[in-house]
Amino acid sequence: MFNYTFQWNQALKYLPRMLEGALVTMEIALISMVIGIALAVLLTAFRLSGNRILKAIAQTWVEVARNTPALFQIYMAHFGIASFGIHLSPFISLLIGITFNNAGYLAENFRGALKAIPDTQTRAGRSLGMSAVQSFRSIILPQMLRISFLPMTNQMVWAILMTSLGVTVGMNTDLYGVTQDLNALTFRTFELFAIAAVIFYLITKAITIGARLIAARLFRY
Amino acid sequence: MIEIENVRKSFGQLEVLKGIDLTVKKGEVVTIIGGSGSGKSTLLTCINGLEPIDSGRILVDGTEVHAKSTDVNKLRQKIGIVFQQWNAFPHLTVLENVTLAPRKVLGMSKEKAEEIGVKQLTHVGLGDKLTTYPSRLSGGQQQRMAIARALAMSPSYMLFDEVTSALDPQLVGEVLDTLKMLAEEGMTMICVTHEMAFARDVSNRVAFFHKGVMAEIGPPEQIFGAAQNEETRKFLSSVRQ
Repeated sequence: MFNYTFQWNQALKYLPRMLEGALVTMEIALISMVIGIALAVLLTAFRLSGNRILKAIAQTWVEVARNTPALFQIYMAHFGIASFGIHLSPFISLLIGITFNNAGYLAENFRGALKAIPDTQTRAGRSLGMSAVQSFRSIILPQMLRISFLPMTNQMVWAILMTSLGVTVGMNTDLYGVTQDLNALTFRTFELFAIAAVIFYLITKAITIGARLIAARLFRY
Repeated sequence: MIEIENVRKSFGQLEVLKGIDLTVKKGEVVTIIGGSGSGKSTLLTCINGLEPIDSGRILVDGTEVHAKSTDVNKLRQKIGIVFQQWNAFPHLTVLENVTLAPRKVLGMSKEKAEEIGVKQLTHVGLGDKLTTYPSRLSGGQQQRMAIARALAMSPSYMLFDEVTSALDPQLVGEVLDTLKMLAEEGMTMICVTHEMAFARDVSNRVAFFHKGVMAEIGPPEQIFGAAQNEETRKFLSSVRQ
């Protein structure tokens, strides 16, 4: 049972390729966050709007993103829409799936943050002659983003980890995909995946620490 | 000139304004006193269109506030309002709080807005707090900042809604002094207040509101010396002066 011999050197010589994969992982997570935040702001605006259709769209999005497996969302973004003749590369499918998930979770965070901002803030803005849109942009939005900064950090970490689901749609350039391919070549399963785990850990740890430093600089009030 | 003509307003079943008539001329200081729930504060928020009215009309310099064709954002530039809760914008410094509306609404350059902001903040005694965040200020300082914020839009009228009611007693004086200063400078003001001494000192006219009706209005000597209305006398004898 315990006759497995560790061969760390065998595995470690693939480290450069794994680090390249880590870059792709970070790239996907970052892009999915930037677009996800923008979409979440839009969904939040939809939910606040009086329009029933916009509200329903936003509500459905948030419900599906939060209450179905991320794997399902990524799968749908690849094989699901392929049924309709739309064939996307694994990279794009993974990006869409994670972005969809990010936007749904962040929209919910934003809604919670908005509840924490008193209505009188908007009222004060309006009484100074600012329009509803101006009040939202200059008074509400900055406070909303500040309150949801830590949840956003969590989502960024989650986005990094979700990239590992890309292997199910044929993704093989991200950290997890590269590791899986190398494993098929070398069978140094434990070593390779242990190294991948350490890299994942270091990336997410760096994000948490970085976010804390940014928060300290940005939010001095 | 602010002309309020037969204004009625209900919240559900409760009629809070039962036909109010009041005209405030340029340069006049009118204070409104009365028990809570008498409709004083509601009237102020109706004047700048934050609250809709059910009937009657309010004219500010001849513009009907609640008319569909009226651009309320433009109208509100003329009417500054300060609330009981000062509503500082917590994410902005004191100076940024004051320059926000001039920049966004009036399209002023940063330099010009800051020049006005510094002037107004110095005016209310906060010239040394420009880069401070509101959370570091006392309630009285935040309230004075809110006054400077409204003044930075160079309004023709200022409405004050119980601006000292949420303050610690020892901070009330500094805010009232600011209001007195504005009154002496000739600002047209309507102040809803519970500070009777202040009402007596600064007002041209004092209005007493009772259950949604303006029961009495007149110069302070009349209201505080020889009130004609039974309810006014009852109210004044019940408040500590």
